[in-house]
Formats: sequence, C-alpha cells, structure tokens
Amino acid sequence: MATVKTTLGRRSFFKSSVLAGGGMMLSFSWFAGCEIPNRKEAAIIEMPEEWFELNSYIKIGDNGVVTLFNPNPEFGQNVKTSMPMILADELDVDWKNVIVEQANFYPKRYDRQFTGGSQSIRQGWNILRTAGATAKRMLVTAAAQHWQVPVNEVTAKAGILYHTATNKEITYGEIASLAAIQPIPEEVELKEIKDFKIIGTSKKNVAGTAIVTGKPMFGIDYQAEGMLIAMIIHPPAFGMKLKKFDATKAKSMPGIKDVFKIDTLKSDYARNYFDTTTFTELITVVGNSTWEVMQAKKEVVVDWEQAPEHTFQMDARGDKIAVHVPAGLESTIVHQTKMNQFNKNPGRILRIDGDPEKAFKNAAKILERTYSAPFLAHNTMEPVNCFANVSAEKAELYGPIQAPEFIIGTLSERLKLPKEKIQINLARMGGGFGLRAYGHHMIEAAVISQEMKAPIKMVYTREDDMSYGIYRPSYTATYKAAMDENNNLIAFHVKAGGIPESPLFPNRFPAGAIDNYLAEAWEIPSNITIGAFRAPRSNFIAGAEQSFLDELAEELGKDPIEFRLDLLERAKNNPVGENNDYDPERYAGVIKLVKDKSDWDNNSDKSRGFSAYFCHNTYVAQVLDLEIKNDKPMVDNVYAAVDCGIVINKDAAKNMGEGAIVDGIGNSLYGEQVFKDGAPQKLNFDRYQLIRMSEAPKSIEVHFVENEHNPTGMGEPLFPPIFAAMANALYRATGQRHYQQPFIPKKKIIG
Amino acid sequence: MATYNLKVNGKDQQVDVSPSTPLLWVLRDHLQLVGTKFGCGIAQCGACTIHIEGIAVRSCQLPVSAVGEQKITTIEGLSENGDHPVQKAWIEHDVPQCGYCQAGQIMSATSLLSQNPNPSDIEIDQAMNGNICRCGTYTRIKKAIKTAANSK
Ligand code: FES
Ligand code: FES
Repeated sequence: MATVKTTLGRRSFFKSSVLAGGGMMLSFSWFAGCEIPNRKEAAIIEMPEEWFELNSYIKIGDNGVVTLFNPNPEFGQNVKTSMPMILADELDVDWKNVIVEQANFYPKRYDRQFTGGSQSIRQGWNILRTAGATAKRMLVTAAAQHWQVPVNEVTAKAGILYHTATNKEITYGEIASLAAIQPIPEEVELKEIKDFKIIGTSKKNVAGTAIVTGKPMFGIDYQAEGMLIAMIIHPPAFGMKLKKFDATKAKSMPGIKDVFKIDTLKSDYARNYFDTTTFTELITVVGNSTWEVMQAKKEVVVDWEQAPEHTFQMDARGDKIAVHVPAGLESTIVHQTKMNQFNKNPGRILRIDGDPEKAFKNAAKILERTYSAPFLAHNTMEPVNCFANVSAEKAELYGPIQAPEFIIGTLSERLKLPKEKIQINLARMGGGFGLRAYGHHMIEAAVISQEMKAPIKMVYTREDDMSYGIYRPSYTATYKAAMDENNNLIAFHVKAGGIPESPLFPNRFPAGAIDNYLAEAWEIPSNITIGAFRAPRSNFIAGAEQSFLDELAEELGKDPIEFRLDLLERAKNNPVGENNDYDPERYAGVIKLVKDKSDWDNNSDKSRGFSAYFCHNTYVAQVLDLEIKNDKPMVDNVYAAVDCGIVINKDAAKNMGEGAIVDGIGNSLYGEQVFKDGAPQKLNFDRYQLIRMSEAPKSIEVHFVENEHNPTGMGEPLFPPIFAAMANALYRATGQRHYQQPFIPKKKIIG
Repeated sequence: MATYNLKVNGKDQQVDVSPSTPLLWVLRDHLQLVGTKFGCGIAQCGACTIHIEGIAVRSCQLPVSAVGEQKITTIEGLSENGDHPVQKAWIEHDVPQCGYCQAGQIMSATSLLSQNPNPSDIEIDQAMNGNICRCGTYTRIKKAIKTAANSK
C-alpha cells in the first residue's frame, strides 16, 4: 500500500476544525498538495508561501454529506463529477453524498487556478486522494476512541464505520465532530489501485439535470438588478484601428444609454501571455436590452484607418520583452505564398541526429511532401461575454474564464483597484477549447461598467466573436524521408513553421527511431492574434506527421501499423539520442490495442485510415473507416485506443474522446478562417462550416489501456491524430492524398 | 414599442418591446427565461430552438409580433420536473459536455418525436442538422433520441 505524507518539509498542508453546527472540516492547500510527489526536499523549501494557504476544504456534515470546495472551473471536461469520485473513493463514502461547490476566484488564494492543457485531473489526483485518506483516517481514529477499541479493528465502508467484533457501527456524520479534533496524521495510506470502488466506473455528469432543464449557469445567463447590456464594435480587419465615429443616430435610438470609446489596455502596460488583446480601442454601445443595443450598433458610423506598426511590453515571467506588431492588411493568399517561401529557406535547427545531410545526399530515393492548415476560430457555442459591476471601491465580475489569476493583475492595474477588491466569479463555460484562457472580455466589461457606473453584461455577437482573433495559427510543414537502394529508411527531415509560430516538437516521435534526423523551425510575424486551441501545435503537426508516415509506409511497402511498430521497437531497444519525448512501449501499446479492436488485419477492403499520437501525457491511436456517398466522405466507425493512465470516470472520458474526434473530423474537412485585406471572411455559421449531425461518425469506440499510471489528460489528446486518420482514410477511398486542410474543397461548401 | 400578450409555458406574459424584437431576446432579456440560448442570431446553430404550438422554431429569427396567440414552449416549460422522456434519455446517455447547445438540441428532438415517434437515422439527421454542438456530442444525441423513442 502506498503511503503519502500530509506535510511538505515540516509544514502541514492540512488543518482540521469542528463545524459550527457539528461535523468536520478538513482544510487543505490544493497547490501544495498537488506538488507533493513531484518535488524534492530542496524545492519544497522554495515553494511560495501562498501555496500553503488553505484554499480548499472538505466538510463532513453531521448528516454524512461531504462537500468538496473545488477551485477548478468547469467547461465541459466534467471535473465536477470526476473530482468527487476520486475523493469519495479514498474516503470510502457513497459518491452521491459528495457534492462539489465551485470556489470563486479571490486573488492570492488560487494563484494557479487553471483548467487547461488537460491538467486538472492530473493535478487533483494526488491531493484529492490524500485528502480523502486523511479524513478517513481521522474518522477511523475517532471511532476507535469512541468505542475504546484498537484503531486497526475499525473498518469503513460507504460512509459507515464498523467494529465487527462487538457488532458496533456508526456513520461518518455521527462521528465527524470527534474526528475533527483528532491530530492530523503525518502519513496516510492510499488505497491499492485494485481496491478502487468508484474510480474507473461511470458516473453521470452532476450538472446533467440542470443542463437538460435549462437552468441558468453560463456567464451569458447572468442577470442583476439594474443591469444594462453592452456590446462592442471592433475594427473589421487586423491591422486597422479606429479613426473617428459618429453615434448621433445610435444614441437617439430607443433604450440606448450611451455610445462611447473605451481603451482597454494602456499602451505602456506590460501584458502577460494571457492578456492577448486584439484591439485595445473599441466603441461600446450600452442600453437596456440586447436587441435594442444590436440595432443601435448598426447605426454607429465609423471611420477606420490602418494601424502603424507598433510594439507593446510583455512581462514574460519577470523579463520585460518588447513584442512587435507589424502593420499591414494581410490576406490568406499572400500567407500561403509566404509560407511556401519560408519553407524553402533554411530554418532554425532544433534537433539533429547523425548526419542527415550526407544521408540525403547518398539516398537512392527521397519522398518529400508538404502539408498546410489554415487559421481556425474557436467558435465556442457560447459567445464571448462577461458581467461586471465596478464601483469606486470594488469590482465584481462573472463570466467564462479558464485562468482568472492571469487577468486579475491587469484588471487591478486598469481599474486602479487593489486585487483584494476584485472578485471574479466563475461561470460554467459554454465551451472552452483554449479560448477562455484569454481575459480581454473581463477587462472590456469592467471598463464599460466603470465608465457607466452601473452593472453591465457585455455580450459579443457571433460576428464580433468570430472576427476577434485569438485563432489557432496557420501552419505549413515539409517532411522528407531518404531511402537507400534496399528501400530502407535512412534519414528523416521535418521543417515546420507558421504564422506566427512554429508547430514543431523536435523530440517527439519519430525522433529517436531514425539514425539521421533533422528538425527545423521558422515563423512569420503577423498582426492576426493567436491563442491556445485544443492541443496547441499538436493539432496540426500530428496530422501532417501521421499523414506523411502513412505515405512513407506505402513507399516502403509496409503496413502502416507495422511500420510504426517497427520504428517504436527501434526507439525502445536502441534509441537515437537521449531526449525523446515519449515512452515507446506505451506508444506501441495503444497501437496494438486499436489494431486489435478495429480488427485491422481482416478489414483491408475498407477505406480506413490509421493514425497515432502522443501529447498532453496521453497516448492515442485511431482507426477511421469511411465511405464516399454523393461525393462526400461519410465516416462509419472510429476506433480509438487511449492510454491516459487510470481512468476516473469511464463514460465521461469516452464522451470527451468522442467529442474530440468529432471536432477533429469537422475541422479537417471544413474548418478555416480566411482573410482578405486583413478582414476575416467568415463571420458566422452560414460561411464558417462546423460539423453537423449528418456528418458525424455513425459510431465511435473509445478503448482504454488498463494500467496503473497516474491519470493524464483526455480533453485534448484525441483531437490531433484524427486529422491524419481522416486524410489516410480519404486516400484509401479516393486514391488521392490530402495535403491541405480543410480537405473538402471550398467550392463544395454548402451554407 | 408595443404590448404583446404571450402564452409562454402555459402562463400569460405581457411584454412591452419593439415589434421587430426576436422572441429569443424577449425570452432572455424580458422574461428571464435564459434556458433558450443565443448562438448565432441567424438561424444557423439551433441554440435558440423553442416550440411554437409544439413545432421546433428558431426563436432568434422570429419577431415577437409574429407570435400572436400561439403557444410558446421553452426548455423551462418542457416538463414539470425535468422528466420528459427526452430529458431522461439525455441523462441516461450522459449527453452534455459544456451543455450550452443542449436546450436547443432537446427542443428539436422533442419536436421531432412528437411528429415522428419512430424516426430513422436519416430522419434524425434531417431534424437535428440545424443544431450545432461544438463539443461534438452528436453520436450520444442520436442514441438518446432512439432511447426516448423506444420509451414511449
Ligand atoms: S441563435 Fe438562433 S439559430 Fe443560432
Ligand atoms: S455540449 Fe457544448 S456545444 Fe453541445
């Protein structure tokens, strides 16, 4: 049985107290707790003070109900269900008696309150287990004391403590007050994986009923006494800014309170990574109701002008750097030409193994292919919005935000209010996919409220939202493979870049499996803003790499799966280089599992594509079957094999995996934002095509590798590889390779 | 501005708004029925789906002046206790992820089943194609619709 400490160095990160009305409250530090297994003694001493702040707690009421106060925001990744499952299992209580309360954001207390990169469960795993085990230990000790029996004779099951020899039992609720005054054990034992009763089962989303009955829970649903509605007008193109505007007519329209200009970030403000703000100068229209404001918005007459090139200050974790924003009105056509040019020049070398130059020179044959993908908009179904009520003394905000700690400093600076006077309440997010990490909407709403001296709810129209930027960047990658006269693979070269960043991960597969290897990157600056998008960078490079490997396997006369397995075998037995970002055995594990589940060997008549990838600590392999019907690809089945360590909530994990697959299929076929003279051309769902039900796969099977590794992410890793599974299946169906996303030519797009 | 007497979820409601106001905003801003969602405003996403006399309609494109005496049902009025067979099937299949599109999905699905109690896959696709789910829950939605159809 694993034993864990409840202290870091000599400091405890637990504290216990008796609840006022009876019961037990065990407070703990979420962040210190998350760090325990990852930190060495020396590092522990350096941990920031606030990590020891007791920012989370579990309460065991005298009625036996356990409340978990959880600092992670929810946007569909189901942490509100999976976290209590982990706690309930260690605590040995019926998970239905565990309820989660969403912690609101107060500065200092949750300095790392962030759901992103599929990390929340990974981080919560240790602390929730330790907290559950600690509370259980104290309950057991209290029962032993109460009955005057040895501690090791007391057992716990589903919220009840037993002393079998004397036939005694008592509920957690009844003994909770006595448990609260027990000393905190310095060490506790965690359950063996095999003894889990709740973890690994399937529990329904705790918010399910509220969702299907339409209860208010999103930022956009928020209502407050005297609340006004605000909308913004931002420049119609990147590289443009406001010159002047005339709001005479708009101001005279019914229900309109005011129309004015706002400045969100002062030009000398040193931004952080999540202050991505496309336009700092906006016009806002404020009125009584959404429809009235929408109508008035159309009547504001605005003159825009080209913005000059400029720089802003960025606080890159303590280092001030100047970020340069080029001038000009960019177009997709020019982007493509430029990327192709850059891809021909030498890039920055990120990894080199062996002598790739020589190998390519001596090659008997070279396969070279170039892949590209456009900008993508997040298109969360809930448009950008935020409620703000700012007075001279304090600010209260409510809205969708993934990382409140990254925006609080900016709010404080801009509103001239100390951080302690700003409260950010976290709404359930109507989709995230990376977008909600950026807090520009909070600044905008707060500034509007401050100017209006009134509570306001700011809402973007879909058009405002889709044309605001913070897109997934546009990328291009060229892959080259060299073969000798016996058709053996002897060298591999990837050169990848994008606007404005490169998607390259130089140490990922197949690095480590090929003697001569070269990885190069390049980037082209732009004034189009970008941001994290479901599995950043992986979401392109996986598709390019896995499409190339498919074509390469064919060139080598190998089965696509056997080819990968051979490479992984090499990486396992005799790896090239030391810094390889994957575990070849686990990687091969998912490939073998999907091979088996899709009955790969007996279905060569099907148009099926294979793909595999490792990112966000999770291994994924996929097989996709499709048919072409009426010139359109119809996906029949998708098989996915996943190694994300221990699965907490099986059906919910499958749901996330299915969603990522559907999302990836949609984006591979249709997803793109295009630009003409700086202006995004797709402003709403009539032109920006998203996948719909008739195009979704008929069935999706998600299978998990069973192992005892700590849980890793599920929200992102199934997204990147599906692009290649789609491309490779399309090739089998049509005989044509697809190198450019989106795969369905524009002319075929229907509105 | 004009006064409209609306029949919403079995109740008479009076609102004072301009005639062009889409029913979506009357529901959300004036009647505090925020279960009906705003997604696109141009009848492309289905988030705003409600029933007019039991038929699924995109409320973002329906001016309040066109509603008249017709009965309006929103997600809040679909069932007394959230126990409509479609709502139950949604829970059974644990359909929602972020949940934002689901009210619209449910309103489209209930309208479909009231007219066609046993829809084929293609009929489900046709009826549901106007409802986007960005989280990609389509396969579950389809399963839930079939479960609800069989439970009647
Ligand atoms: S908001 Fe009505 S269909 Fe999108
Ligand atoms: S559940 Fe998120 S959009 Fe459908």
